[in-house]
Amino acid sequence: MPLLPPRWRLLVLVLAVLTLPIVTGVLWLLLTGWFDVVHGLLPVGGGSLENWRFLWTSVGGRPPLRIPLMNSLIFAGVVATLEVVIASMAGYAIARMAFPGRRGLLGLVLVLHAFPAVSLLIAIFYILRILGLFDTLLGVILVKVALELPLGIWLMKGFFDYLSWEIEMAALVDGMSRWGVFWRIALPMARPGLLALGTFALLSAWGEFILPFTLIVSSQRWTMAMYMQSFLSEAFTDFGMMAAVGLVYAAPVLILFALGQRYLLNIYTGGVKG
Amino acid sequence: MRGIRVRLERLSKRFGHVVAVQALDLEVAPGELLALLGPSGCGKSTTLLMIAGIYQPTAGAIYFGERRVDHLPPRDRDVGMVFQSYALYPHLTLFENIAFPLRLKRRSSVEVTRVVRRTAELLGIAPVLDRYPAQVSGGQQQRAALARALVKEPQVLLLDEPLSNLDAQIRVQARGEIRRLQQELGITTMLVTHDQAEALAMADRVAVFSMGQLLQVATPDELYRRPANTFVARFVGHPPMNVLEGTFTDGQFVAGSLRFPLLVAAPPGPGYLGIRPEDAHLRGSIPGRVVVVESQGRHALVTVDVGGVELKVLVDQGDRPAVGAQVGVGVEPPAVHLFDMSGVRIEP
Repeated sequence: MPLLPPRWRLLVLVLAVLTLPIVTGVLWLLLTGWFDVVHGLLPVGGGSLENWRFLWTSVGGRPPLRIPLMNSLIFAGVVATLEVVIASMAGYAIARMAFPGRRGLLGLVLVLHAFPAVSLLIAIFYILRILGLFDTLLGVILVKVALELPLGIWLMKGFFDYLSWEIEMAALVDGMSRWGVFWRIALPMARPGLLALGTFALLSAWGEFILPFTLIVSSQRWTMAMYMQSFLSEAFTDFGMMAAVGLVYAAPVLILFALGQRYLLNIYTGGVKG
Repeated sequence: MRGIRVRLERLSKRFGHVVAVQALDLEVAPGELLALLGPSGCGKSTTLLMIAGIYQPTAGAIYFGERRVDHLPPRDRDVGMVFQSYALYPHLTLFENIAFPLRLKRRSSVEVTRVVRRTAELLGIAPVLDRYPAQVSGGQQQRAALARALVKEPQVLLLDEPLSNLDAQIRVQARGEIRRLQQELGITTMLVTHDQAEALAMADRVAVFSMGQLLQVATPDELYRRPANTFVARFVGHPPMNVLEGTFTDGQFVAGSLRFPLLVAAPPGPGYLGIRPEDAHLRGSIPGRVVVVESQGRHALVTVDVGGVELKVLVDQGDRPAVGAQVGVGVEPPAVHLFDMSGVRIEP
């Protein structure tokens, strides 16, 4: 590899310094998970699998790992699916169709997106109680989807705005139904947007903590974030095992990010390339 | 002859408070090519999209033959359409693009292949059928779009600025090809364009639009010789007609210090005098001074100041005067056009 020009070397140095805290955190996570005792970043004593025993046994009255893992997978999967399906339809309607109240809806979506979701928690709690959805995975899924939808709709509207309306007109004239055009022309052309939104929704739901923490009680319905939180206690915190759980929790995200980063970039730069 | 008569009755379209098309009555004869001509935003594309079924008319009716179609979705109207951007499906090869309408009609794959091949050969794009739209030239994309519109043998062909994305050179060639094909197939065709040369060259009749209103429907020849109002007079013909604002008084048209003798009677009062640059010459008796001379190849367009009014005169390149020269402008009197103060043509 050729040497970088001096200006770039300086930039790389600055970036490296800025990234150091994050790198240190990840390093700590890796080391703490594998060694019995860690002082600072220095492992003391030998490594063992002691911190990883939660993988095959239930630890301290907590449910076995597969329960929160499965719950988190269901939670993230269903949230992402619902979000993509609803946001693509709503975004398409707002982008393409003239209907009464369109402008008002557009403004409302924007306002809702800006609304801090945490401030709604108490109201949501009561609503779920009334609906009998408190302490159910379905309840949290619905809440999460509802809170994420404004962003999703806005993003999908942006992607559909970017598509050629004439191509859809051509498909109509060629003999397709309005639904057919949406499914077979518009959606395939908006694929980068769907993938971006899907990946984004998966990541966001996978990392969600405050909603399940507030709206779920039974340990049988814990998500991974709650499982991990349960290791924090005032009396004694097993940082070694917590780090190991953290690694398990983070692994799918890293994999997804590696696979989906191209689509995520579409969201962050706000356009479709290629 | 598979063309069909298309009839628009009091057709209107409003977008909110904006009137795009206002109570349009228009008829296209079977097998005719009618051009809808006008500047952008005049309602001509909206009209085409209503005929295609993309836009729902706010009021009025559309008939194909005896069948009323304005309530039908596009797929039940049997129209083919070519869009300005060609609107080819980017993820399909040209073959699949052209085959698309046939596949939707669930034709057998043997028939699809046969019809697509035949249409592609007719349009000279058979060698590139396996390529994707992005891999062929603009002219080939345009032909593919035309092939896709023709492949299902529609009753009506709609062309929305089909040539405006082509290079000037190919455009003139494509003009002729589309016209020849349309005449061979005898298909009723409506062409939307803002290019008056394109409309005059291709169409049997031309409908001139402005601000959602139909101003005149006539053959290209008629449009050129007898424009119905000052808008059509200025819009059709190149270089555009001189339209002078002034007053008609006993046998004369007065504008500034220009006094132009009229051979026909016009009601006295304010009005407009139209003179085509090609009908004027510099061998006349109205004194003027040359302001600008533009070279146009065989001809030169000379702007002459006559009594405070600028008049454009087309002369042969060999007769071009120098800027600043004193000349005598003349017009063959039968070749002038008179319009009243609201811009409507006064028939002699």
